[in-house]
Amino acid sequence: MKADITFGQYCEGNSLIHRLDPRMKIVLSILYIVAIFLAKGVTSFALLILSAVLLVGLTGLSPAMILRGMRPLLFIIVFTAVINIFWMTGDVLLVQLGPVKIYLEGIINAILIVVRIVLLIVATSVFLTYTTTPLALTDGLEQLLSPLKKLHVPVHEFSMMMTIALRFIPTLIDETQKIMNAQKARGADFSTGSLLQRAKALIPILIPLFISAFRRADELATAMECRCYTGGEGRTRMNVLRSTAKDWLFLLAILLLGTAIVLLNTYFPLYGLTL
Amino acid sequence: MAVIELKNITFTYNKNTPSAVCALDHVSLKIDGAADGITGLIGHTGSGKSTLVQMLNGLLKPDEGQVILDGTDIWAEPKKIRDVRFKAGLVMQYPEYQLFAETVREDIAFGPKNMGLTGDELNTRVLEAAKFSGLAPELLDKSPFELSGGQKRRAALAGVMAMQPKILILDEPAAGLDPVGRRDILGGIRQYAGESSTTVIIVSHSMEDMAMYCDKLVVMADAKVLMHRTCAEVFSEYQELISVGLDVPQITRIAAALAENGADIGADIYTVDYAVKQLLKKL
Repeated sequence: MKADITFGQYCEGNSLIHRLDPRMKIVLSILYIVAIFLAKGVTSFALLILSAVLLVGLTGLSPAMILRGMRPLLFIIVFTAVINIFWMTGDVLLVQLGPVKIYLEGIINAILIVVRIVLLIVATSVFLTYTTTPLALTDGLEQLLSPLKKLHVPVHEFSMMMTIALRFIPTLIDETQKIMNAQKARGADFSTGSLLQRAKALIPILIPLFISAFRRADELATAMECRCYTGGEGRTRMNVLRSTAKDWLFLLAILLLGTAIVLLNTYFPLYGLTL
Repeated sequence: MAVIELKNITFTYNKNTPSAVCALDHVSLKIDGAADGITGLIGHTGSGKSTLVQMLNGLLKPDEGQVILDGTDIWAEPKKIRDVRFKAGLVMQYPEYQLFAETVREDIAFGPKNMGLTGDELNTRVLEAAKFSGLAPELLDKSPFELSGGQKRRAALAGVMAMQPKILILDEPAAGLDPVGRRDILGGIRQYAGESSTTVIIVSHSMEDMAMYCDKLVVMADAKVLMHRTCAEVFSEYQELISVGLDVPQITRIAAALAENGADIGADIYTVDYAVKQLLKKL
């Protein structure tokens, strides 16, 4: 079961993208997402696809793996495409079957929207999930948000909570599997019966799971206190994040990409997305 | 007749991925009925013992080979795998973390209820299981979360015993308990095995416990069964056990040291009582 979940999983590597400053990677992915939403014309989408292929190439990860990571979102992608094909009206009528009318505009729109969703997934997984360890990610986020500390927002505490939550996901998956097996050994049945029966069958899993999560939280809190953890005040780091020239080069490249998209939208859209 | 028979079982975790691990490699094994005593399953961490016990009640399905309980292949009818779980009761490691019900009584009744039992039959089973596992009757109406560690362990044990399985498999039943708790739990299991004619299999890596409470031992190493003999025979293979990363009871080591220094009291020493007897004979 666990082996199937590639979406949102760090993949070991030492590529240029892996080595970027996590703070910059967060900024880059936000900018890239903005660029994706700015794109309207077919030409700007083509440029985006080109840049995404380039980015995947730079990570050194296998494209097949990134595609596999999209499988959980396949339903959303197909659903959006279908909605667009059948509900969009336009000028060029292609097929008419009774009340169902399919327009050329609908098909082009569906394709562009699917491309947009796929690009969003590729961008976030290339910059963040696949190439950045969860620890580096929360560290980067904490420092990016550190100006908010002046407004008394507990930034460090939030990022610590996030780190802990991410750290315990695999542990809890393991734990769930163990508890399920134990209850199955006592004849629990999770796969047959009515919806209500199946929901009820989850109680023997959820209660022990919650209890163990609380127990772990308690133990972790004690362990942290034993090592004199008092929160972010005056806390130093072993690995200080430093931006280098390559980080700024990437930023420049993404800004150029955004500009190019705006220009292509305005002067050479070929066909525009209507939404 | 053998109650449990494994024929050429192979099992690999994460099959067809880079992280594939072969946990059982063509394992064949026959375990006899209750009359032949308790079988202990020992092996180093990762030797495949936990995988093996999950084969016995159908939690895992072998990639190759057959699991035969009481003469029938358990995977002959995959839809009836639940019946196999009632026949081969498995108590997992740290079973106290599975308790969930509002009262201990309800928790113990979970298994038998899943078997379709109700009313008096259910009640008797719960009371009997509580008695066998050494749980005081007044604890039955408490919340399982109010119990002490040892009591929780007993409650979880009772939850499986209440199904009255023909085969009872316990994965590290005494792990994490203090010496008195260990003795009580394991002694209780030994007594239960004797009185209820249940085939009992205990998984552990405590050699002392195994020597004390088991009659036959199955030694696993590197996904294979290395030995399947009586305690005395297994522990006399001192060197071989050490070579697969296992230990022998302290008293066996003392006996071996004595033998090296010219005071041979026999190679089959594995309990203190027997060692004392042999030593006295020597004197």
